[in-house]
Amino acid sequence: MNKLFLIIQREYFSRVKKKSFLIMTLLGPLLMAGLMIVPVWLAMRDKTDHQILVLDHSGLFVDKIPNTKQIKFTYGAESIQSAKAKLKDGPFDLIMEIKGDALNDNKTTPVLYYKKQPGLSVEQYISNTMENILFDYRLQGDSIDLTKIDKARRPVEILTLKVTEEGKDEKTNTEINMAIGFVCAIIIYFMIFLYGSQVMRGVIEEKTNRIVEVIVSSVKPFQLMLGKIIGVALVGLTQFILWIVLTLIISTTVNSILFKDQIADTMKHNTQMEKVMKNDLTAGIDKMEKVDSPNEVIELFNNVNNINISKVLMCFAFYFLFGYLLYAALFAAIGSAVDSEADTQQFILPVTIPLIASFIIAQSVVTDPDSSMAQFFSIFPLTSPIVMMVRLPFDVPVWELSLSMVMLVVGFLFFTWLAGKIYRTGILMYGKKTTWKEIGKWLFYKG
Amino acid sequence: MTPILEVKHIHKNYASHVALKDVSLVVEPQKIFGLLGPNGAGKTSLIRIINQITGPDSGDVLFNGERLAPKHVDFIGYLPEERGLYKKMSVGEQVMYLAQLKGLKKADAKVKLQQWFKKFEIENWWDKKIEELSKGMQQKVQFIVTVLHEPKLLILDEPFSGFDPINAQLIKNEILELRDKGATIIFSTHNMGSVEELCDNIALINKAEKLLDGSVKDIRKKYKSNTYNITFRGNLIGFTNALWAGAELLDKKSDEDVHTVTVKMLRQNKPNDLLQAVISNSEILAFNEIVPSMNDIFISVVENKTTLNTQSAFTE
Repeated sequence: MNKLFLIIQREYFSRVKKKSFLIMTLLGPLLMAGLMIVPVWLAMRDKTDHQILVLDHSGLFVDKIPNTKQIKFTYGAESIQSAKAKLKDGPFDLIMEIKGDALNDNKTTPVLYYKKQPGLSVEQYISNTMENILFDYRLQGDSIDLTKIDKARRPVEILTLKVTEEGKDEKTNTEINMAIGFVCAIIIYFMIFLYGSQVMRGVIEEKTNRIVEVIVSSVKPFQLMLGKIIGVALVGLTQFILWIVLTLIISTTVNSILFKDQIADTMKHNTQMEKVMKNDLTAGIDKMEKVDSPNEVIELFNNVNNINISKVLMCFAFYFLFGYLLYAALFAAIGSAVDSEADTQQFILPVTIPLIASFIIAQSVVTDPDSSMAQFFSIFPLTSPIVMMVRLPFDVPVWELSLSMVMLVVGFLFFTWLAGKIYRTGILMYGKKTTWKEIGKWLFYKG
Repeated sequence: MTPILEVKHIHKNYASHVALKDVSLVVEPQKIFGLLGPNGAGKTSLIRIINQITGPDSGDVLFNGERLAPKHVDFIGYLPEERGLYKKMSVGEQVMYLAQLKGLKKADAKVKLQQWFKKFEIENWWDKKIEELSKGMQQKVQFIVTVLHEPKLLILDEPFSGFDPINAQLIKNEILELRDKGATIIFSTHNMGSVEELCDNIALINKAEKLLDGSVKDIRKKYKSNTYNITFRGNLIGFTNALWAGAELLDKKSDEDVHTVTVKMLRQNKPNDLLQAVISNSEILAFNEIVPSMNDIFISVVENKTTLNTQSAFTE
């Protein structure tokens, strides 16, 4: 036991002290914070101002296209030739010519002249706005009352209510459920890969450094394998916690200090844009406003509360831990069977197939969380860490959850035992290209 | 005295081949025991069984009279043939780790390590990374780690490979000193020079079987083929004629009137009988017995088991 502790200690500190750990720990949150900040920053940066001169020969659009913060419309009646001269010397950088028959053609084709190509959003804004104006114009032409149309068009939102044991209705939200399940599953997936392959590399390193025989003359090979798996797990845990803490710190500081004003600005602007871009103008605005209202946000949080957060977190910790342990043992066995990382491919593939398959299965589990396929794969130990996490927010029966957990622990014990057998023989095999057949034989060697 | 190690009828099979077949050995305490054999003979398999890295399919190993158990690993020091260290770790951290894995307390390990580092004059390596050291330097560190916990039984697999002559001598002296202090050393090699120099007893393994064991002195005596070299001045034909039916001329070399011949004694004849026969007509310059080197014995035993058996039947 004491020796196992020594191994864990070495595995942990030798990794934590590495420069690459420090770099990854710092870089990870920067990347994650970057993922949160960059879109905002891009949205802010990408706005170049446009001055557009509109030559509307139909007269329908004159003074009707609303200006935005970046796009200002000026209306003129001169010929296109003289307008093009203005493009050269300013102040306009875009000229849009709308042909006179725009009112009656089935398709209206305005021509946009530019010196420097405008972004897609500019074009989209113009075409959406014009479509809306044309839509209203045509309806009015057919003497249809616009207000009636607005009245007729009503958005439909489904309110899903769960009837609890006590007969009370409880509000649930399928989308949030899905999101939480998937985020947990993705984290488990990445952590298994990231740290499982670290275990594998550690084993290969010991093998190529030829230190492994010295060590197994002092401790049992199984102890060495277990020590490594646990040591790396602790490294993963340390890194994970540091990532969360650092990400929160970085993103909140950056957001609150640097971008405070701009973000509020951009947000407001974005909603404005979206509002206008909605084909269905009025209904769209309705919807947007609804989401923006504080009540809706509070409701959103209420929904999150309805999914038993502590249950999800506990299951996450459980599936994360045992999923990692199970796969790390398999990765350790792979590492022991090869002489260099380059040889690992043929063995890694079969191990990763269940992981990747889990995700494909998870897609269909979301659409039907109680299908027999969902049941099977959320209990089968190689896929359960991911599939069960996706299923979990949809209220899995207690017996299924317990069975799945027991199966995972059993699976972990079984695969670790199996991996231990391969590992024990593999670490002492040098310079031989290992095949699956050979690994099969190792399982039957006597300790 | 109880043997420190007793190997009894060990069998070990791997899927497709037999690694050890009914191998038995006795290692006396405070002796240097040579485990000899060509590559792939089964030496490493046997050593791994003694170190409890693998287990035998059948048979027993006794350590100091007790059946081998996990607690014994702390009394054994093992320097494998395929040996190395963590490249990225510093020397100091590494030796402390390995010492503690052998059951030493942190403080004890530190004191002992410092003594050894001083002895080998490598104190300033403590903070260096292993990858900064040469192969020979790494071997020194490995040797220290192997002997640090003062094992009763030291198992060295090809200990001199990778050492330059100066360091090899240093290690040889250390091995002898450790034996004098009470350690038993098993040492596996195919370098026969070092066997003659160091070993008290040997066992020879080939193709999974033990072919021969005993003390180096006895074995060399046993494999003497009763052959002698005689250098003399005189007439070669006269000399040959003088050899009576009790001896056979195997080889001759002449340099003007000085001749060197190799003669094999037949039956129970003694060298003196031969000398008496030839001394009257030649001037004897040198006379010596040809004692087989361990190398010769090794090669002849491994290459041809059967010839050797008839030969030994002859000598007996």
